Amino acid sequence: MVDRSKVRVVVAKPGLDGHDRGAKVVARALKEAGYEVIYTGIRQTPEQIVETVVQEDASVLGISILSGAHMVLIPKILRLLEEKGLKPGEDVAVFAGGIIPPDDAEELKKMGVFEVFGPGTPLKAIIEAVDKAVENLKRFGA
Amino acid sequence: MAEELDGLIDLALKGDKKAIARLITLVENDEEKAKEVIQRVYPLTGKAYVVGVTGPPGSGKSTLLDKLIKLARDEGHRVGVIAVDPTSPFTGGALLGDRLRMQRHSTDPGVFIRSMATRGALGGLAKATNDAIKVLDASGYDLIFVETVGVGQIEVDIVKTADTVVLVTVPGLGDEVQAIKAGLMEVADIFAINKADREGVEMVYLELKMALEFERDKWKELGWEPPIVETTAFTLRGVRPLWEAIKRHMEYMESSGRLRERRTFRAREEVKTIIASSVAKRVEERLAEGEAKELIDEVVERKLDPYSASRIVMEKLKEDLWR
Ligand code: B12
Ligand SMILES: Nc1nc2c(ncn2[C@@H]2O[C@H](COP(=O)(O)OP(=O)(O)OP(=O)(O)O)[C@@H](O)[C@H]2O)c(=O)[nH]1
Ligand SMILES: [Mg+2]
Repeated sequence: MVDRSKVRVVVAKPGLDGHDRGAKVVARALKEAGYEVIYTGIRQTPEQIVETVVQEDASVLGISILSGAHMVLIPKILRLLEEKGLKPGEDVAVFAGGIIPPDDAEELKKMGVFEVFGPGTPLKAIIEAVDKAVENLKRFGA
Repeated sequence: MAEELDGLIDLALKGDKKAIARLITLVENDEEKAKEVIQRVYPLTGKAYVVGVTGPPGSGKSTLLDKLIKLARDEGHRVGVIAVDPTSPFTGGALLGDRLRMQRHSTDPGVFIRSMATRGALGGLAKATNDAIKVLDASGYDLIFVETVGVGQIEVDIVKTADTVVLVTVPGLGDEVQAIKAGLMEVADIFAINKADREGVEMVYLELKMALEFERDKWKELGWEPPIVETTAFTLRGVRPLWEAIKRHMEYMESSGRLRERRTFRAREEVKTIIASSVAKRVEERLAEGEAKELIDEVVERKLDPYSASRIVMEKLKEDLWR
């Protein structure tokens, strides 16, 4: 398994959504699991989020959205990542969580999101998914 | 691999943030790569001025930095930030929360912010902090802020890193003021009493003032007495005076020759650290070998004393060190 303490994770909250409990819970859980986690705080633009991933050289981006704007914000983030030469799934593993209906989740996965998690997801499941996604990244020898 | 590294360095020197970020990861994760990176970029460094911001947990270091970055940008500086937070000794993980207070600068092309975990280092910074500063310096960031973890008394590595050290304290700390007087006092060039919107500012001011008074002769000799600035990072009150104090200290450091002195001390510390860690590594390697194990057994069995045994190992070490 990849050494988690050398994997950097950005947990981000895009848009005007102020629901930050889930993001904080997930950030903390990943820290407890041994990851290095950078939390951006709320009200981030897609540009800010992608710049953060770049400057922090993160391998994982976790996006938390409960506002309903996910089908606008997440595709935009994915596009900006590509523009920076960061291919979702190869250079950076992208996760989403919050209130995201199943159909939208499917759509997002097709666009390159590794996994989408809704309310009540056990934190263990999230950690396991991150572990798995990280192993599939180029920089860790996949 | 060497070519890949060359490519990265070229891009970083042109200001490519992804390349700069990658280089910082390399110096953080990989000792051998760190050596290569630093050997190549070192000749291009030395242009940046490094300002350290330290102080107790939650005193407002990151919030103040956010405002200072703005003022520095207004004056045309290209600003780099290294913000250090602690690694959990139990899990090896870290939650790096400094950055979130400065996020509005993340899309500014003239600002580069990097969070860094201590990864076991105890002095308030990470082992790779100095190397990361060099990468930013070579990449054209001329003013670099370093935020330490929230520090107590013994974590004073910042003096080995920064040209100017700002100590941020707050009212209502009680015993921690004592700690500041005992240890951190020695390292501060400027004091900021943040959260001046709260009660008890005058108390802290007087305590600091008294402590400074005690060292009066020292300040006279140095030609610099640490100023005390009251700030409220929320409302910007006192932030500009703090920035002015930092600039005055920069000027003082240059004109008095103290900058050269401090950098000489730092270079010496850096060389010393590198020597000590490579020697320690060689010692471990030697002691892991069969021959050394036999020697150790002899020490256990009282056939050889520890001094003579180390003498024998040290003879061998001479060869190892030049390998
Ligand atoms: C608590 C809450 C609030 C609190 C928020 C407090 C805070 N600081 O977070 C308050 C009262 C402020 C609030 C306000 C509002 N809320 Co509200 N709120 C909720 C509620 C009841 C629970 C959310 C929560 O905290 N859950 C606990 C956390 C731990 O769960 P979670 O966020 O879902 O996270 C889990 C997973 O989703 C996933 N996950 C989440 N993020 C991430 C990220 C990554 C990387 C990964 C891997 C996983 C992951 O893992 C977590 C652990 O399982 C939900 C209903 C619900 N059941 O979800 C409504 C809900 C989210 N709110 C809703 C609304 C409409 C609002 C308001 C607009 C109401 C209004 N008209 O004023 C405001 C808007 C506030 C704002 N500025 O954005 C709607 C959203 C509807 C939608 N999206 O279509 C919901 C769904 C209620 C509903 N059924 O209508 N709300
Ligand atoms: N009342 C008041 N609160 C402030 C002020 N400056 C910062 N804070 C608050 O103090 C808390 C800690 O601020 P940070 O900037 O994160 O402090 P820090 O010193 O960087 O914290 P660590 O990095 O965790 O040691 C936050 O909730 C800030 O909003 C101030 O001038 N007045
Ligand atoms: Mg901080």
